[in-house]
Order: sequence, then C-alpha cells, then structure tokens
Amino acid sequence: MLHGVQTPDILDPQGPTSEPIATLWWAMLGVATVVFVATLVLLTVSVVRRRGGEVSEDRVAGEGFAGGGNLVTVVGGVAVPGIVIVGLMVATVTTTAQVATVQGDGQGGDDALAIQVTGNQFWYDVTYPGAGVRIANEAHIPAGEPVEFRLFSADVIHTFWAPQLGGKTDMVPGEETVMRIQADEPGEYRGFCTEYCGIQHARMQFVVVVHSPADFEQWLEQRREAPTPPEDDSALAGREVFSEAGCAECHTIEGVSPRRDHSPDLTHLANRRTIAAGVLENNRGNLGGWIADPQQHKPGSRMPPSNLTSEQLSHLLDYLETLE
Amino acid sequence: MTATDQPTARDQLTRLWDAPPTFAGWVTMVNHKTIGKRFLVTGLVFFLLGGLLALAMRTQLARPEQELLNAQLYNEVFTMHGVTMAFLFIVPVLEGFAIFVLPLMVGARDLPFPRLTAFGYWVYLLAGVFLYASFLVGSPPDGGWYAYVPFTTSDFSPGKGMDFWLLGITFLEISAIGAGIEILALLFKNRAPGMAITRMPLFAWAMLVTSFIIIFAFPTLILGSVLLEIDRKVGSVVYNPDAGGSPVLWQHLFWWFGHPDVYIWLLPGVGIVSMVIATFSRVPLVGYRWVVASTIVAGVLSFGVWVHHMFTAGLPNLTAGFFGGASLVFAIPSGVQVFAWIATLWRGRVQWNTAMLFAVGTLVVFTFGGMSGITLGVVPFNWQVHDTYYVVAHFHFVLLGGSVLPMFAGAYYWWPKLTGRRLSERLGVANFALFVGGLVLTFVPLHLVGFLGMPRRYYTFLSGLGWEAHNLLATAGAFLTGLGVLAFLVNAVISQRRPMTSSNPWQAGTLEWSTATPPAPQNFSAFPVVTSAYPLWDTPGEEIDPGTTAAYREWAEPLARPYRLRREALQTSELDGEPEAVSTLPQKSLFPIITAVVLAVGLTGLLTDATWMALLGLVLSVAAGVGWAWADGDYAPIPGMVDEEEPA
Repeated sequence: MLHGVQTPDILDPQGPTSEPIATLWWAMLGVATVVFVATLVLLTVSVVRRRGGEVSEDRVAGEGFAGGGNLVTVVGGVAVPGIVIVGLMVATVTTTAQVATVQGDGQGGDDALAIQVTGNQFWYDVTYPGAGVRIANEAHIPAGEPVEFRLFSADVIHTFWAPQLGGKTDMVPGEETVMRIQADEPGEYRGFCTEYCGIQHARMQFVVVVHSPADFEQWLEQRREAPTPPEDDSALAGREVFSEAGCAECHTIEGVSPRRDHSPDLTHLANRRTIAAGVLENNRGNLGGWIADPQQHKPGSRMPPSNLTSEQLSHLLDYLETLE
Repeated sequence: MTATDQPTARDQLTRLWDAPPTFAGWVTMVNHKTIGKRFLVTGLVFFLLGGLLALAMRTQLARPEQELLNAQLYNEVFTMHGVTMAFLFIVPVLEGFAIFVLPLMVGARDLPFPRLTAFGYWVYLLAGVFLYASFLVGSPPDGGWYAYVPFTTSDFSPGKGMDFWLLGITFLEISAIGAGIEILALLFKNRAPGMAITRMPLFAWAMLVTSFIIIFAFPTLILGSVLLEIDRKVGSVVYNPDAGGSPVLWQHLFWWFGHPDVYIWLLPGVGIVSMVIATFSRVPLVGYRWVVASTIVAGVLSFGVWVHHMFTAGLPNLTAGFFGGASLVFAIPSGVQVFAWIATLWRGRVQWNTAMLFAVGTLVVFTFGGMSGITLGVVPFNWQVHDTYYVVAHFHFVLLGGSVLPMFAGAYYWWPKLTGRRLSERLGVANFALFVGGLVLTFVPLHLVGFLGMPRRYYTFLSGLGWEAHNLLATAGAFLTGLGVLAFLVNAVISQRRPMTSSNPWQAGTLEWSTATPPAPQNFSAFPVVTSAYPLWDTPGEEIDPGTTAAYREWAEPLARPYRLRREALQTSELDGEPEAVSTLPQKSLFPIITAVVLAVGLTGLLTDATWMALLGLVLSVAAGVGWAWADGDYAPIPGMVDEEEPA
C-alpha cells in the first residue's frame, strides 16, 4: 500500500488550519440545501398549479417595462441572496481569521519551524534551512505546532497542497509565497501538485509525515548527520557506481557528490517512504526499475535511463539502502 | 400586362433579398439568416468534436492507472477540449442564434453590416481549421485552454502547439468582436417602429449586454496573447520571471477577459430561456424591468471579480476578500432572474413541450451550479477546492445548465423559423432525459471526488485514494450525455421529412413569429408598428403615437415596395424606436471571404516563421480592407424590376 494513501478528504481535517474550512463547508451545505429545496418546491408548485395551454385571460397584455416587479422576484432574488451574501462574508472573515491564528501575520519573525520547498518539474525539493537537512518529496513536521512552508519554484507554477492539513498555495517562479499549516496528531498525509505544470503534473505528489514533537526532534537530529560510509563490499562498490556511472552529475549525496539544485537530494533516500515524487513505494524492486528506466514509470520526467549492468545496479541498490 | 402578371411588392422584395442558389451565390451571400445557420451548424460540428475529446478523457479516467491516452496525448486532449468548447462552440452557437433571430425578433430586415456578418463567419471557420490543423501536424497545444505562463513560454513549450493557440484564438476573437459591434448597432438603430427600448424582448437585452462585454473583454486577451507570442518569437521577457517579468501578469490579463467571458456564455442562454418560459406560460415575463436591471448589473459586475480565479496565487488576503465579496454579489442578479422565471410560471398556465423542458431544466441545473459557484467565492473554502474536480463540476453545471440546455431550448423553439418544420417531441424528451440524466451522473460525483482531493488536469490517478467509484460513474454519465446528443442529431435529421409548420405554431408573442415559416429573405415586407413587448399578444387597435405615425409614413412606408434596386433597411431612434432614416445594405460581396483568407495566410506565415508569407498576408489584408471600404456592395440586375428614382 502506498504511503500516505488514505483518502485525502478535506472533510476529514487533521488540524486547525483545515478544520474551520470543513466546518464552513457543512454550514454552507446546510444553507444551500434549504435554499435549493425551497426553490424546487416553489418551482414545482408553480408549474403544476394551472396546467394546459389555454391562453389565460388575466394576463396583462404588453406588460414590458410598465409591469412592475413582483414580490416573489424581489424577495427570492434580492432579499434572500442578500442575507446569504452577508452571512458568507462574515463566514469568510471569521474562517480566515481562525486559519490565520496559525498562519500568523505572514511576516514571519516567530518561532514556527520554517521549511523551504521548491517546486520543480516534477518533484519537490525540501530543505530545513536551520538544520541544513535536504530531502525530496516528503516533509516531516511535528504535531501540534504551526509549521511555516516557504514556497518557491525553479521553473513553472506549481502548488503545494496537503488536503487534510490546509488550503493550498501556489509556488510561483520569481516569488516567495508562504503557507502555514498545523497538524493535530502524528500520521501520514498525501499532498499533490494542483497547478498544471507539464507532462507529469499528475505524478508530482508528496507525503507529509507528522511526528510527535520528540520523535520529530530525533528524526531531524539523525538527518543532520552525514550518512556513515558503508562497510559492506557490495555497498562500497555501489558508491563507486554512483560516482562513476553518471548519477553524481545530477544527484547530491552529502560527502560523496557536490550540491546539485536541479535534482532530488539522495542523502537520506532510504529514509523516504516513496520515490518518483510520491507515486511509487520506496522498495528495492521499484527503485531498481526506476533507476534502470524512469521513463517507463513517468515518461517526460527529467531523469534519463541509466545503462547499468544488473551487477552494477545490484551494488548500487545495496549502497542506496544504507542512506538513512 | 394584366394586374395578375405584375409581381407583387412582396415578390419583388423577395427577389431583391434572395441569393441565387449557385456556388458564387453561396460564397458571396451576406444574409443574416443563412450566416446564422452556418454559425449554428459549424458550432454543432465543434460541439461534437469537443464532446469526443471529453469522452476520450473520461474513458482514460474511468479507472486508475490506465494508459489508453498517454500523458502527452491526454494533456493535448484536455487542452483542445477546453479550447473547442470555450472558443469554437459556445460563443459561435450563441452568436448564431443571435444573428439569426435578433433581426426577426426586433423587426429588422437584416443586420446593419451584412458583409461584416459574413466576414465573421469565414474568420470563425478558418480559425477553427487553423486550430485543428495543429492535430494534423502532430503539435496540438498542451498548455490548457487558459495557457498559463511560464509553462507556455518558449522555454517550457518549445513546439508549435502554443503558437497555434495564440494565433488561432486571436484570429477567432476578431469574429466575436465584429459580431458584438454589429449586434449593438442592430439593437440600438434597427428596431421596428414603436419598439421603444423598454419594449425590446429580453433575449435582445441579453445580447445587448453580452455585446458590451465582448467589446470590453476580448481586446485584453488579444493584448496578453500578442505579448506572449512576441515573447515566444523574439525572446522578449514580459512573462519571464528570471528577467523581471511576471507570470502572474498573464493570469490578470487572461482572467480580466476570462471572467466576463463566462457571462458572454451565460447571458444569451438566460435570454433564450426568458423567451421560452414566457411563451409557454402564456404570459409576459414577470419582472421585466428587474430582469433587465439584473442583466446590466451582471454585465458590469462581471468585470469586477476576475481575481477569484487566483486566490491561491499569493496575493494579500485583503485583496482576495474584496474579490470574494464581489463574486458573492452575483447571487443577486442570478436570483432575480431565477425568481422572475418562477414567478412567470406561477402566474401563467404552463404548456409542456421539449423547449419548455429544457428551459425549466436550465433553471434547476443552473441554480445548482450557481450555488457551488457562490461557495467558491468564499476565500478560505476556495483555498481548499481550487484546482480540484469541485471546480470542474461547478463550471460544467453552470455551462451545461446556463448555456447548453438553453441552446437545446432555443433549437426546439426556433426550429420552425430555422427550417420550416418542428422537431419531434418524443425524440426531444429522449434528448432531454439522456442529456440531463447524463450530466447529473457525470458531474455530481465529480464534486465529491474534488472533496477527496482529486486535482484537475491529471491524466491518471493512483488506486487506493478512494477516487475510483466517482470516476467510473462520471464516465458512465458522459456516455449517457453522448446518447442524448445523438438523439438530438437523429431528431434534427428526420425533422426535415416532417411537414412544414405554420408561421406561429406556439402562439408566441414576439415579432419573429409574425414572419413566414421559414421567413422571407427580406424578413418584413411592410414594417410592423410595435406597441408592447409582446406585439402578437396585443389586442388589435392599439393607439399609436402620432409622432410615430408621421415618421412611419415618411421613412418606413416607402420601404414596403422596392422602388430602387437596393436592399434597404430602416433606422430608428435608440430609445423610442421612431423611424428616422433609411440605410442601404449590400446584396453580395467577395470581400468577406477574401479578407478572411488573406488574414489566415498572414497568420500561417507567423506560425511557420515564414516572413514572406506573413508580409504577403499583411499587404493583402490591407488591400482587401481598402477594397472592401471602397466597394459599394455589389448589385446584380433583377429581371423584371426597374430602378425608379421616385416612389410611385
């Protein structure tokens, strides 16, 4: 089962940045149902009350502009919508305010954990600037605290959206946009790119992993350390393959290859739940198939096929599995 | 000659206004009724093409992880589905109804600039061919119908696809702007004597406001598109953020056009439904002045809400709130319109037939879609559902409800005037049931899958997310809708074998029903004098204002007989409809098609980077324009008719 794959239902909110919106929806649904049913009832009564096509004698000929309005038109058309509009404006302001208590004033300057995410065609580059940790297509956050995502784009407009945690914000090239969310409980939540960004827009997804605060601190600490060099011969051979067979031209592994911005950082690859931007389970079989030919799984993605022998691939996989 | 050998004035007018049934006649003719029908038929073809693209998409999405359409093809298909429906179907078909019906409805002999009408059609046809030629060369646009940058700049879309979009859409808009200008001129200056603007039918009011919207909205899209095309061709950086340009600027320019555009799609259909509901309730529409006011308010307000397409783009919350509030205000003009319909149904005595089914269906489906629209104006809710299938479901409800169902209503209603016959009622009920049942089955589940997080423009989806059932149901619904369209096509074809019907089979009240079925080429031999908004429902012997009578005698009466071999139309004053002048209209011309063709040549040169072709097209277009302006509209001698200088 793919990680973070329970139904990403916005009506199953998991924190204070998504719950007020779900509540708002139920209120709107209630009002809309009443209005719609009333309209249907009025319509039904109107059409059944005098049937048959006889020309009615009590019509006012040539009414046009001279004939006035009618109570139904004014009440139904102006008064009821007017009241609903006022109610919805109040709801807009209060719901935005509720979500914004977590959002803050958008000026930063508080202690919320800051995570930087850059959208690329077709993956997310995730950095913890305070800790110097860089991963891809996954965001780990502590439960019960606001988290500030600072969003960028390296190419076209993308979006960063985890339905159960909060509303979405676009990632616009040339700008920084900010999104603050908060999750109540530990868990895993799926996220999507929602602004059409090219051929593999449909397979640009991510997982938000929510830890208890203590677990989060531990996770972050462990990622700060560079990975221990492998001791196993096969894994050492695999590190050679990584460096020599072209992978290091694009991908960063701390201590092994220089920093590359245009491809996912693999330093903590084995710690990730998914690969290919959230669409494949991170296991040996999938990883091997992906490395051999990414175009099979995600045609149009930016990674070319590799030309490894099965022995090279096997060593490489042994190495990658050490990258916690 | 004896009296019976003399052609009547009516016969003479018919010969003067008719076009010969030859190829030359077909290419040079400028009469609004034929051109209106051309728009309708061509629009129907694009509707079918767009529908096939939709069925392809729904088949691909029927189950998770399918690859019936691969990613690139799917992205091209969803782009061209949107382009076809938005640009090549909805507006041309509504224009087609307007072009055909309005002169008949307001008591005019033709539109005021017949060569412009013809030109508008040829441009539409050629622009459609231009856009679809992208498929033939293997390079259809794949940037979405809305073409957001930077994805559609040459950095990220290096092929010809987006050039087809930018040049083709710009070309097409010329047609729409021309129609908008012409309809305004008709409705202000060519109404029947006595048709004060306060007696103008509601479909005409709808087209009046729609034409203003076209004129103010379309040029902005042309501006934005031209800037992007220049960026793509010469490397300028208007939209390039790395060089100080702004991707969000495209969104502003597009949606400044794009939101009013959806009211161009909505208002004509709403006007059609007002006509149909009044006719088959046997009473004038209740709340006429309220409906006129709400139409005007909707038109003006449509320019004040465009940012509601951009609530997630990183703009300040205060900005978003303002535009959200303005969007919510739409509930009022929409509510007025819906309740005016209900009040009319209440006051009248309803006669059911297919046209009425579609009209009442519009009321229900559009109201449902309008309500999801209102929820989208609530900013924090929008942050959750923007770019999900909830939005797709919303706009298909309002489009199918507010534009397409009225088109069917208009087809069943005006079929006698279009073809002389009536459509079958039994097939009509099947058409209605399948189409509406299908649209409900397709789009109700899609609201729900939007809540479950399914984004738009996804060529496939993962299994296990809980999206399977909704997508499968939606696909079934789409095919059901297709069957409904098929029922209509069958109905249209077999209707030609039914007997001719009478001139006013519905006993309706507006002027188009006083013409013959089908109408004579000149529409009206003698101009009627109008004393109300439903002239055919007036009791005879209404008082006519003496000023109108005098003006009628001076300007309108002589036109009942063609004493000069010219097609003549009556001009009346803007507010009161008092006859004040006579204008001369062309009989036929080659300039419309020539000008359209040379413009297409120039655009093809731009598309293919063939500078010589682009320049040739430019030079020939200028020449064609000059020739058109100088030509006097071509008059062919008519046997048996003599050109007199004075009325007899």
